Amino acid sequence: MSSRPELQAPPEIFYDDTEARKYTSSSRIIEIQAKLSERALELLALPDDGVPRLLLDIGCGSGLSGETLSENGHQWIGLDISQSMLDVALEREVEGDLLLSDMGQGLPLRTGVIDGAISISAIQWLCNADKSSHEPRLRLKAFFGSLYRCLARGAKAAFQVYPENVAQRELILSSAMRAGFAGGVVIDYPHSSKMRKEFVVLTCGPPSISSSVPQGKGQDGESCSDDESSGDEEDQTVCISDRHRPRKKQKVTKKGRTRQWILKRKEKGRRKGNVVPRDTKYTGRKRKARF
Amino acid sequence: MKLLTHNMLTSTVKGVVNGFPLRIEVEKTLEKQVDFSADFLRNLFYKVDWKALVEAAQTMGYAELPEEAPDSTVLESEDFLKKFHYALLELHLEEGNLVCPETGRKFPVTKGIPNMLLHEDEV
Repeated sequence: MSSRPELQAPPEIFYDDTEARKYTSSSRIIEIQAKLSERALELLALPDDGVPRLLLDIGCGSGLSGETLSENGHQWIGLDISQSMLDVALEREVEGDLLLSDMGQGLPLRTGVIDGAISISAIQWLCNADKSSHEPRLRLKAFFGSLYRCLARGAKAAFQVYPENVAQRELILSSAMRAGFAGGVVIDYPHSSKMRKEFVVLTCGPPSISSSVPQGKGQDGESCSDDESSGDEEDQTVCISDRHRPRKKQKVTKKGRTRQWILKRKEKGRRKGNVVPRDTKYTGRKRKARF
Repeated sequence: MKLLTHNMLTSTVKGVVNGFPLRIEVEKTLEKQVDFSADFLRNLFYKVDWKALVEAAQTMGYAELPEEAPDSTVLESEDFLKKFHYALLELHLEEGNLVCPETGRKFPVTKGIPNMLLHEDEV
C-alpha cells in the first residue's frame, strides 16, 4: 500500500488511457475484481428467486465488476468519472449502461428505483479534496444522500473500500449513518494483511433484523469490529503475563516443535487464508532412519 | 444508453426542483439485442415512469407503446412485454443530448454514454 493511487492524482486524471488499459489487461486485477464483486453481490443478499434486478455499480471503471453482475443475470447501470476507463468498458462491450458522472456531486437518479448498489475500491476517493472546491465531508454527504434517495426501501449497498486509516473509515461510516443508512463494516480475513478486505454494507431504511451486518469470512465466528478489539486486549494480557514469566521458560527449544505446536501453526496459517496442507496422521511425525 | 437508464436519470443541477424527465435530442439511435426476462420486466413495470418512457420512445421513433399507462393485467400478455422489452432495453441512444426540463442545460451523449458531470457552479 505504499503507492496509493488516491494520493497521486484525481481519479479522472489518474485513470488515463494508459492506466485504464493497464488496469484491464492485468489478469491479476481482473481476478481480484471478479472475486470482490462476487463477494459484494453476496453481501447485497438479494432475494434468491432468480429475478434479475436493477443494480448500480458506482465507480464501474472498465466494467470488470459489472461483468460479474451480468453473469448473475442482473441489469446494471455503471457510473465512473474517468472517460478513459469508460472507453475501455465500451470496447469490452459490457452489457450495462454507462454514465460519466462524479459520485461526489450526487447521483443523478430518480427516487426509489434501484434494487441494490455495489462499488469496488472507489468510495475512498471521496475522502480526497482534489480541487479547491472539493470538501470531502460535503461530497460524502451528497453521495450518500443521493444514494439513499435512489435506492428502494430495504435495498442494500455493499462497497468494498480501502480506507487509508481509521479516520477515513469513520468519516465514510458516519456520513452514511447521517444520510439514514443502517449497517456497518464487514471485514474478510481480518488476520491476514494480504487477503484482508473491507466492505461497508448499508441498508436503506431504519435498523431491523434484515439490516444486521453479515459476518466477514475467516474470522472463526467472532463478529467484526467490537469483538476484534476485545480480542486484541486478550492478546495484550497474554503479553503481560509472558513478561513476568522467568526467562528460562520462555526459551523455545527445538524439542518444543511437537505435533501440537505444528497443528497450532497450521491453524494460524489457515486463519490467515494461506494454503496449508491438511492435517493427517503423518503430520509432525519423524522420518524413518533411512533418510 | 437504454431508455431504462433514461427513465431513471434526473438532472441534479443546483436549484432544479424537478429535473425529470430529461428531454431527448436524437442524433443517432441503435438497436442492441438484450436477453428477454419477463420477471425482470414485471418487476420493473411498477418503477418505470410510463409517460416519460412513451415520450422518450416516440422521440426515438418507436410509437408502439400505449399512450395511457396500462394497468397491471397487461403484464400477462406476451405481446405487450415484447414491446416493453424492446423500448426499455433494446432501443439505444447512441449520439445526442439530454436536456434538463427546467434549466435547458444540455448533457451530451457520446458513444452511448451520457456525460452527467456538472460544472462547479452547478453543484
